[in-house]
Amino acid sequence: MLRRNFLAAAGLVGGGLVVPSAFGKAIAAEALLSTIDVAVKKRLADVALGAATAAGATYCDVRIGRYLRQIVVTREATVQNVVNTESTGVGVRVIANGAWGFAATNDLSNDGVAAAARQATAIATANAASQTAPVKLAPVKGVGEVSWKTPIVKNGMAVPPKDKVEMLLQVNAAAMAAGADFISSSLFLINEQKYFASTDGSYIDQDIHRIWAPFTATAIDKASGKFRTRNSLAAPMGMGFEFLDGAAEGRQEMPNGVVAYGTSYDMRADAIAAARQARAKLTAPSVKPGKYDLVLDPSHSFLTIHESVGHALELDRVLGYEANYAGTSFATIDKRDAGFQYGSDKVNFTADKTEPGSLGHVGYDDEGVKTKRWDLIKNGKLVDYQSVRDQAHILGKTESDGCCYADSWSSVQFQRMANVSLQPGKAKMSVADMIAGVDNGIYMLGRGSYSIDQQRYNAQFGGQLFYEIKNGKLGAQIEDVAYQIRTPEFWNACTAICDASDYRLGGTFSDGKGQPSQSSAVSHGSSTARFDGINVINTARSLG
Amino acid sequence: MSFPTEAELKAILLKVVAMSKADECTAQITGTTTGNIRFALNNVSTSGIVTDTELAVQVAFGKRVGIATINEFNDAALERVVRRAEDLARLAPENPEFVPAVAKQTYRPTNTFSAATAAITPEYRAKMANASIAPCKAEKLIAAGFLTDTNRFVAFANSRGNYGYQTGTALDYTCTVRTEDGRGSGWVGRNLQDSTSFNAADEIRTAMRKASASADARALEPGKYTVILEPAAAAGLITFMMRFFDARQADEGRSFLSKKGGGNKIGEQVYDPRVSFTTDPWYPGAEVMPWDEDGLPREKMALVEGGKIANLNYSRFWAQKQGKRPVGQVGNLLMAGGTRSTADLVRSTQRGILVTRTWYIRMVDPQTVLLTGLTRDGTFFIENGQIKYPLKNFRFNESPVIMLNNIDELGKPVRVSADEGDMVTVIPPMKLRDFTFTSLSDAV
Repeated sequence: MLRRNFLAAAGLVGGGLVVPSAFGKAIAAEALLSTIDVAVKKRLADVALGAATAAGATYCDVRIGRYLRQIVVTREATVQNVVNTESTGVGVRVIANGAWGFAATNDLSNDGVAAAARQATAIATANAASQTAPVKLAPVKGVGEVSWKTPIVKNGMAVPPKDKVEMLLQVNAAAMAAGADFISSSLFLINEQKYFASTDGSYIDQDIHRIWAPFTATAIDKASGKFRTRNSLAAPMGMGFEFLDGAAEGRQEMPNGVVAYGTSYDMRADAIAAARQARAKLTAPSVKPGKYDLVLDPSHSFLTIHESVGHALELDRVLGYEANYAGTSFATIDKRDAGFQYGSDKVNFTADKTEPGSLGHVGYDDEGVKTKRWDLIKNGKLVDYQSVRDQAHILGKTESDGCCYADSWSSVQFQRMANVSLQPGKAKMSVADMIAGVDNGIYMLGRGSYSIDQQRYNAQFGGQLFYEIKNGKLGAQIEDVAYQIRTPEFWNACTAICDASDYRLGGTFSDGKGQPSQSSAVSHGSSTARFDGINVINTARSLG
Repeated sequence: MSFPTEAELKAILLKVVAMSKADECTAQITGTTTGNIRFALNNVSTSGIVTDTELAVQVAFGKRVGIATINEFNDAALERVVRRAEDLARLAPENPEFVPAVAKQTYRPTNTFSAATAAITPEYRAKMANASIAPCKAEKLIAAGFLTDTNRFVAFANSRGNYGYQTGTALDYTCTVRTEDGRGSGWVGRNLQDSTSFNAADEIRTAMRKASASADARALEPGKYTVILEPAAAAGLITFMMRFFDARQADEGRSFLSKKGGGNKIGEQVYDPRVSFTTDPWYPGAEVMPWDEDGLPREKMALVEGGKIANLNYSRFWAQKQGKRPVGQVGNLLMAGGTRSTADLVRSTQRGILVTRTWYIRMVDPQTVLLTGLTRDGTFFIENGQIKYPLKNFRFNESPVIMLNNIDELGKPVRVSADEGDMVTVIPPMKLRDFTFTSLSDAV
């Protein structure tokens, strides 16, 4: 979950203007295309490594980060904001006397960086006094000077803001023409230029890109006072601007004509569909509560996966480090050792930091570990967690899983979720095949409301679109649907998963964890999956 | 780190405003020092201090706006940031909803600064962390918590002669205490502007007591129950609802405050007559800056009076369009109540459920503000005025609008720390009928 801004909460905001300072400094769009010379970064990193070692650090890593964001916000025929921001600085993390220390600075001079390294070492030395056991790092072999780049085709930062504004306004106009009363649409582009160096002998330069194009279309019935919304069905992606080309291969038409999207998005077509579906929601019948077989599209199930599997298998939660904010986990290590049946034997979850197009796709994590893919749940049994270098030994592992991430140069890196995905079914099965086998069910698409307890047992999810399934046939759009689950029962009720041809990614830009809270972007893949006998509630209420 | 003086800040701001060739210019300097300490598993895990000072310049040519920021303050840097803002404005699309900068205002200062909070040191934070951890260790309990404090100034000026300067402080402390076997969990939270009255050694006792008392929880069938929501538990739902006190949304027909046939519900009875919400930037113990983000003066104002909607938030654009006098956006939320404590409410309850805290609250249906979330860190069954035994946690599906029509009693309001609240909130404990729990949670 994402914590809201502390300064706003304290009522201490300014009185002149709203500045996007949470994201860094406002810059010109052209500046989004520049980079810092690698040789300069290596020289600075060596200064920090040298200063930390001289001060007594036994390990040091340096992250020189330049974080760029562009945000375009529109509603109907109005551009509300175009913001470009940059945040540049250096974070230095060390181990001294067996304890961690961290310091960060935006002073990119040799003296500034060396001072931060010495400060980090001093903090580590001070922290060592109350440390109960020394930090134990899983080994990493230095990789020398390497680089990695998100495999993008088109750099979104190079597309003129004017073109982006025009694109969004056209999307809005199309939705309004199709029956929306209101539409808000946005574009978020992210470029993390990250340089990592450590005393292990690694100098890793990475150029990471992400894109997100959300919208909300609203339909209103003035007479009854009823209103309904339909959000975009597309996911944020670890891709370039080519994601918005609307290429045919990204389009996936469902048996009832609803179109979902994979690696290419037609935002205008989705907005037109959203306008019509939002309007249809105004008169759609309300669901009858009870037990249903649910058929969940990947645009919906990614969030169920995120909350009930991804978070539950984060090792820091399992151990208790997040008890005061994000929570702990029911999936304790003794359950792994006992071969806990997390789901049915059809359920296989992998964690993966190497999947192209995903938000978590990087070459190396933020402590220099080469990324990989590994099993979390195999044939329904819990087999592993997500860990970083100082946690691997707790699991009896000799290497980190490469899950370390910091959302800024000024934030200390810690364990974050990898792309945790449900593997497709092995037998050939389309969505139509799956629906044909359901007698009394609901077909759900899109991200709706979501809430889960602090140990990841009890969750409730809504969606964007709901269709009745009766005797193998898809029926009309219905409304007011949410389902409640207990995590292990839910995944054990998974009776079928469509094959790989239906596999798509969902994801979020804003997974919050830690205090102070850090935000991370992560994807979750799946094919459409079936869950039998799930408790559905009706969410309609009357205010009189 | 010491901040620049007001005179120094004013000199920089006036220089910046004079440099601009745009139709209008607003300059703002903010400085913040935030310290924090985090602990878990009875050990300090991280601590740090972040200091940042920044000048932001916003200029407009007609309806084209540009913003640039910088953290250097020499003349060349000031010139650079002004020119960059102007370049951005010239390239920006026209914003049809543009409203010119506010004219010269008179602000009545609010008491947002506490010297004690501003003087917090790393040693103080370590002491508070240890004061939380040590008693837990002694009683075989496990503490995880976070203390963060902020010292801040804001100074701004614009080309229409407006100027403002004020300092502010805040402290937020939360701690979750769990039993070693993981069967009990308690929580305490404090949100203050002045740290003088804060002592973790006292606060932690609440969380410890609830952790021990919540072990061996029994399951109660979900359904409708009389509940006593402690102030922090109630705040989670009510602050969520207040995000939708927006006039434009209501006028556009997409809010629970939209009226059938058009318009908003100002003047209509929406809640029990005992429900009153006000905002007041000068309210003792809940002071906020005397201006909003646009520089409009905040006023003491009723939002709900006797259960009727009295006022909504109008953006300056929407106020202009609707012919309303623009007033500063709400900065704090004060809910009226009675004089009795949570313990008093428990004593007068025949049969009910006491809820310490609510968690992961999300909107299910904006039409009715139906929210879902869970109880945590101490849920107890009350019988004949006494807490009888701990209960397993529940998931609720409830609308604060419906909830505030089912009031038995409101207790004495206190300032609270809500998990995701976005404003300073003073709220009473409340006894409510027919609160809707829809399922049980195994989570502790």
